[in-house]
Amino acid sequence: MPSHITIKDYIQESQLTLNRTVLALAVIGLLFAALVGRLTWLQVVSHAHYRDLAQDNRVKIEPLVPTRGLILDRHGRRLAVNLPAFSLELTPELVDDMDTTLAALGQLVEITEADLERFEGLRARQPKFERIPLRFRLSEDELARLAINRHRYPGVDVQARLDRHYPYGAAFAHALGYVGRINVQELQTLDPVAYRGSTHVGKLGVEKAYEAQLHGVVGLQEVEVNAQGRELRVLEREAPAPGQDLRTALDVDVQMAAIAALDGRRGAVVAIDVKDGGVLALVSEPAHDPNLFVHGISKKDYATLTASKARPLFNRALVGRYPPGSTVKPFVGLAGLANGVIGPDQRKYCPGFYQLEGREHKYRDWKKQGHGPVDLHDAIVQSCDVYYYDLAHHLGIDRLHDYLAGFGFGRRSGIDVGGESNGLLPSSAWKRAARNQPWYPGETLIAGIGQGFMQTTPLQLAVATAQLARGGLALTPRLVLEPEPPAPERPPASVPIDAKHLELTFGAMTDVVHGLRGTARRIASDAYRIAGKTGTAQVFTVAQEEEYEEEEVAAHLRDHGLFIGFAPADDPRIAVAVVVENGGSGSRSAAPVARAVMDRYLVGSQW
Amino acid sequence: MSAHEFAEDRQAPTLIARFIQRAHIDLPLLVTVLLLAGLGLVVLYSAGGQDPGLLQRQAVRLAAGLVMLLVLAQVPPYLLRMWTPWIFLVGMLLLLAVLGLGVMGKGAQRWLSLGPVRFQPSEMMKIAVPMMIAWYLAEQPLPPRPGRLLAAVLMIAVPAVLIARQPDLGTALLIAASGFFVLYLAGLSLRLMVAGALAAIPAGWALWTFGMHDYQRRRVLTFLDPERDPLGAGYHIIQSKIALGSGGVYGKGWLNGTQSHLEFLPERSTDFIFAVYAEEFGLLGALLLLALYIALILRGLYITNQAQDTFTRLLAGSLTLTFFVYVFVNTGMVSGLLPVVGVPLPLVSYGGTSMVTLMAGFGILMSIHTHRRLLPT
Repeated sequence: MPSHITIKDYIQESQLTLNRTVLALAVIGLLFAALVGRLTWLQVVSHAHYRDLAQDNRVKIEPLVPTRGLILDRHGRRLAVNLPAFSLELTPELVDDMDTTLAALGQLVEITEADLERFEGLRARQPKFERIPLRFRLSEDELARLAINRHRYPGVDVQARLDRHYPYGAAFAHALGYVGRINVQELQTLDPVAYRGSTHVGKLGVEKAYEAQLHGVVGLQEVEVNAQGRELRVLEREAPAPGQDLRTALDVDVQMAAIAALDGRRGAVVAIDVKDGGVLALVSEPAHDPNLFVHGISKKDYATLTASKARPLFNRALVGRYPPGSTVKPFVGLAGLANGVIGPDQRKYCPGFYQLEGREHKYRDWKKQGHGPVDLHDAIVQSCDVYYYDLAHHLGIDRLHDYLAGFGFGRRSGIDVGGESNGLLPSSAWKRAARNQPWYPGETLIAGIGQGFMQTTPLQLAVATAQLARGGLALTPRLVLEPEPPAPERPPASVPIDAKHLELTFGAMTDVVHGLRGTARRIASDAYRIAGKTGTAQVFTVAQEEEYEEEEVAAHLRDHGLFIGFAPADDPRIAVAVVVENGGSGSRSAAPVARAVMDRYLVGSQW
Repeated sequence: MSAHEFAEDRQAPTLIARFIQRAHIDLPLLVTVLLLAGLGLVVLYSAGGQDPGLLQRQAVRLAAGLVMLLVLAQVPPYLLRMWTPWIFLVGMLLLLAVLGLGVMGKGAQRWLSLGPVRFQPSEMMKIAVPMMIAWYLAEQPLPPRPGRLLAAVLMIAVPAVLIARQPDLGTALLIAASGFFVLYLAGLSLRLMVAGALAAIPAGWALWTFGMHDYQRRRVLTFLDPERDPLGAGYHIIQSKIALGSGGVYGKGWLNGTQSHLEFLPERSTDFIFAVYAEEFGLLGALLLLALYIALILRGLYITNQAQDTFTRLLAGSLTLTFFVYVFVNTGMVSGLLPVVGVPLPLVSYGGTSMVTLMAGFGILMSIHTHRRLLPT
């Protein structure tokens, strides 16, 4: 390498850096000048102003936590309230020796690792001289022990706060959700201004979905303090704005009637106001006590809940996926009519089984000896499977899929609390995409009676039933009536139904309950007429249902009992869907639950 | 007798001068650093509520930093240059290791435990990134060609993004700045810089509109306008301005600051120590402190332009300019000129994961200046 080039570069490059340094110096000079100007402004020009402020500076600003909005049922009965409770709080700046103090407090009251961890997290984030909660919900004994010893520990206070309480305990756990203490992850996403001083946030259900309305707006107070930081008096107060109360569509009586009718069996009940989509009852049994979660559930209690084979934390009404069984038949019948595959009076002969052309395999009817010649009315009333095998075969899976999609199967209902499952509405395209397999004709047959791949949530069944009761007019279910929930992102489309077809279907469903041969005739009421459909879903064919333990194999193999219905049949006001897990036949297990719910709502008395 | 004394008198300065030369010490730099650190201890005594323990711990850190400074001053720049890619590589690996551990620990993780010593790889990168960029750009004539420029930007961006994900946005931005300063000194086209700044406006708008959650937007708003959060960041700034303003021209006197001693001023030993100082020593004290910082920066820029090769020149310049950024961001924040960012006042604030790094930087500056040779002309 010729050396003169290097030397030339060197001179050029050092000149370049020199130029750049001079430019940088100019910028540095300007910035320092701005800084000196700022200091002069503060320390010379505004000195008198700030001197006075410093002299009067005995003022501390504290947050005033807003009261969380109540949650009410449709008649104003309180489902979630706030009760006073005492908590142990520390002001770190006033504590002499944090480790010793924490150790000493640990002798007086129980302090867990989780308490300490949360305390340290809040401490790192909170401004100086603010009280930080260490323990919530002190017992009477702990309060007494603290009262005697507190003078020994500066910076330690006992504060009265308002705690969330759910008076009905487990009954509304899955309908309302619950609040819990703000955790480290939530600290990252919550507005630090709005949540200054707040300790709890909605974790699930209505409490989470309506957090913005329930929380309220934080207030401030200016407090005069002495040189040690002790408060002397309140100077100014900007009151917090309490959270908004929510009036839900829920009805305590209807909810309790549903729980009582389930009588300890596992299952779900969803009842919907046909007129406005308000959810009258949303039950998933068994349930957990949401009050356990408000202050952080103990490890033992949580282990009990998660280990339970009955899965009390699982929200069956929104997330449980069940084959709809024969409850899907009224919808499949309408699909056949709408597509012209069957006529209203067209009869098919039911010998007790069905065979595809050229195949050996026999698809059985639930009634071994067969139903004989049946039309659509008879097929719904007696729940004839063979009629539906033939109907589904001629309709084909994709036309069936498209029609049922109009009733909300296979997608979220858009309920205002979220957290629901999609269910599954199969089609040939779905099977190719999800399983990379072609659709087999036999699978269409069992889809026609609500078995096979199809899965629905109890909420979806209730919404579809309500839509049917409205003559196909779509609706979005809602738990909250006031304030008005946000409009759904994708409003569902209504399904146009021929009046004759509708009349036929309503008549058949009414005869399911009130007809001589109806599968649910045991629940017929004199006070009003019910239109309904029973269903029985086979469990053992469904591979996903693996959560049941081996000890329960016998029960595990039993069918799920289902019932959907609306009433009064001539002017529908309530639509109900019931699933009783492993309850056996729908007419025996699920239908009476629906009757109890309807009675409570329409008649006001229990069956 | 008198002749003997005379001889000693004459010998003494040369001995010291010789020692200073042998020990590769740059006297102006060392004296300024010591003056600043000493002033820092004085302020800290007041800010920390006259706690001798606090003072002792800070003194120990300072001593460790000085040892670091003196050791690095002995390392000739050619060795540093030789090690640069390896130092950068090791730093990157440690950063990745920390990130991996952080993922496993489900939270912020900046520390790596090496036996009893806890170690922050992001601190190492504060020096390693400008070294690497300087090393890379010095290989070819300046100003760098577009391809090299792009590679250099990547070498800055990758560690900066890794550190931002720890998450430690403040350090990430400082490291990005130190890398940028090397590019700037290497002759990065001013037009390109202006174009980049202009391009940032629509990019920022797009990020704001499409790339942010509501809560993130609220954070940004609170950051830009602390008064929005009168209980948090806003409270800090209000109290800090009262401290500065009430200090006036002459100050309230050492240990007499009411804002700090009545505990209205938050973070008074660390990020807001400048407010304590300016309350007690007034505008005059503040100007003295700024003058010391300016002296240090001027010395650094002088060393930069006396440096004999491109690598040392770029490195020295970047270290000096980054030091200025520290000083300005902290004092600007305390006086309410800039948003609240957690950057300590260098050499003065208590705590000092960054103290050792700063001292290492000054050590490198000294080494660059004291290892110069006479050039054959």
